Amino acid sequence: MSDSSEPKKYKNPFLNWIEFRLPIISYLEKEYGDYPMPKNCNYFWSFGALATITLVVMILSGIFLAMNYTPHTDMAFDSVERIMRDVNFGWLLRYIHSNGAAFFFIIVYIHILRGMYYGSYKYPRELNWILGVFIYLLMMATAFMGYVLPWGQMSYWGATVIINLFSAIPVIGEGLKTWLLGDYTVGNATLNRFFALHYVLPFVILGVVGLHVAAVHVHGSNNPAGIEIKSKKDTVRFFPYMLMKDALATCVFGILISAVIFFGPNLMAEVDNYIPADPLVTPAHIVPNWYLAPFYAILRAIPDKLGGVALMFGSIAILFVLPWLDRSKVRSCNFRPIYKWFMMLFFINFFILGYVGMLPAEGLYLLVARIGLIYYFVFFLVITPLIHRIERTTSLPVGINDVYLSEVNKN
Amino acid sequence: MRFIIIFLILLLFKSISASESSSGPMPKHEWSFNGITGTFDRAALQRGFKVYQEVCSGCHSMKLLYFRDLIDIGFSEAEVKAIAAEYTVIDGPNDEGEMFERVARPADKFFTPYSNDSEARLSNNGAYPPDLSVITKARKYGEDYIYNLMLGYEEPPEGVDVGDGMYYNKWVDGKQIAMPEPIYDGSVDYDDGTDNNAKQLTEDVVTFLKWAAEPELEVRKNLGIKVILFFLVLGIVIYFAKNRLWREIH
Repeated sequence: MSDSSEPKKYKNPFLNWIEFRLPIISYLEKEYGDYPMPKNCNYFWSFGALATITLVVMILSGIFLAMNYTPHTDMAFDSVERIMRDVNFGWLLRYIHSNGAAFFFIIVYIHILRGMYYGSYKYPRELNWILGVFIYLLMMATAFMGYVLPWGQMSYWGATVIINLFSAIPVIGEGLKTWLLGDYTVGNATLNRFFALHYVLPFVILGVVGLHVAAVHVHGSNNPAGIEIKSKKDTVRFFPYMLMKDALATCVFGILISAVIFFGPNLMAEVDNYIPADPLVTPAHIVPNWYLAPFYAILRAIPDKLGGVALMFGSIAILFVLPWLDRSKVRSCNFRPIYKWFMMLFFINFFILGYVGMLPAEGLYLLVARIGLIYYFVFFLVITPLIHRIERTTSLPVGINDVYLSEVNKN
Repeated sequence: MRFIIIFLILLLFKSISASESSSGPMPKHEWSFNGITGTFDRAALQRGFKVYQEVCSGCHSMKLLYFRDLIDIGFSEAEVKAIAAEYTVIDGPNDEGEMFERVARPADKFFTPYSNDSEARLSNNGAYPPDLSVITKARKYGEDYIYNLMLGYEEPPEGVDVGDGMYYNKWVDGKQIAMPEPIYDGSVDYDDGTDNNAKQLTEDVVTFLKWAAEPELEVRKNLGIKVILFFLVLGIVIYFAKNRLWREIH
């Protein structure tokens, strides 16, 4: 244990000790201290940080909930109520977790909106986009299984509806469904395994998020103008400039989520889930949580069971190939005057699909769902690949610094 | 551009919250626990508990509550012990291997009128009186729905046939309910001299039901104000710090 011949990096001997054995200090300095970010990134760029914070909050609240939860059909509902009533601040843990899930999806949807609008999925960030869609898929699986755990009416019947979809797959469908359920119907076997999987998947998500952030850092973040960084004048160090922006975004997020948790904790909840699960009583309307509703609308829009399942999974699968569907060399929709409006319409369409996804699949709602479904796929398969041929993109700005200064002078 | 994004986000919130039902708007009642600084009126809770005990608990259980929870309503420990002692529970097995009856203690769960679902249905014309522990959270519009439901019994309009053993109620889904009108003027006598008309009785029992479903309400709202204030103050400080910091970049 003597002096090495290399010059010591840090004045603090403790930091040096760690750095020599695992260069994590210099890693953090490089990735979160000196890391150059485009000057002109707006607050949409803070949603990734918000998503990470929310993921950590969900994991922590989830672990403490799991200490008091019992994954058996006879005791699950009552154990959740015990958490609400008898565990110290159990009600807070529960409401943080249930509303945190909803806000996690709101944040991720806005994060995806940013990625699509500003072309962050394009070269050289295609793999990053794919990792992101994979995270989204994992989130949906985790949320679906988590919703089953309280064992309310909607937990049981939502699980029944969705797992039944697997039996639509030809040849292996029935066997697959029984294998997933652990029984012929949703029951204790299902609940127990969903609990195990729900506990484990968030850590898988954490791992993929690590890859996702690492991938961003390789080529650096995109920016609202979609143009490359040309010099140091175009960037600011992450610390403290972007950290402060993210901190402000976190405070605003804190106010919003606290308003819901403390004053409207059941605003986004289905009332039927406060009724214990009863296999003999079917609720009048079976709906998933609102964040899965757009895909539920697509599923129900097709009268054929296998067709509905195929299109539902297809609508998520198509996201993976977006970088190859869009052939335009221009990244940001700010400079794509025609595509921009189709993109906006896509976002509005997605919300409308979500809205009708929560309502009965009849009459006007069914018609709207079908039109929405058609536009969803037309946007990806027809509009996106072809629009760049007829669109005249507006001229790109010279550099990021110019964009930034012109925005500053405007205000 | 910005406004379109904000519009989209607001649209998102609209699609999240519960959609409107078609049986007319639900009249909202003024509750002491409404609003940011809402609290439970302890006297109302105690009166409501009396109504639950004398009228509702004959058919409806409240399995998630314990007698000891009644301390929060303002009863003393001795009073809670006395309330529990009015009921008996089956306990055991004792050293001889037999089950026995004993007087209920504060640590026991609330009294349940029937030993199982089948017995409940048999005594109620095939209908199952739901457990009331979280009823205000298990129905759309919660306490307002329960309040209007209890006072919503009417003569059926011309041409509407009410089924055997059912009663016409204008707020229940399908307009027919198996529960007979539970509360009339003077159903329960109040010890504190409050007027015991049907509206008052209903208001008190619904307040009690809301407490039973959400006993943490007062702590929750109190903590909520503090948390939001914290983020607000921190946010303002960070806002000024951020602006000062970024001024150098210009």
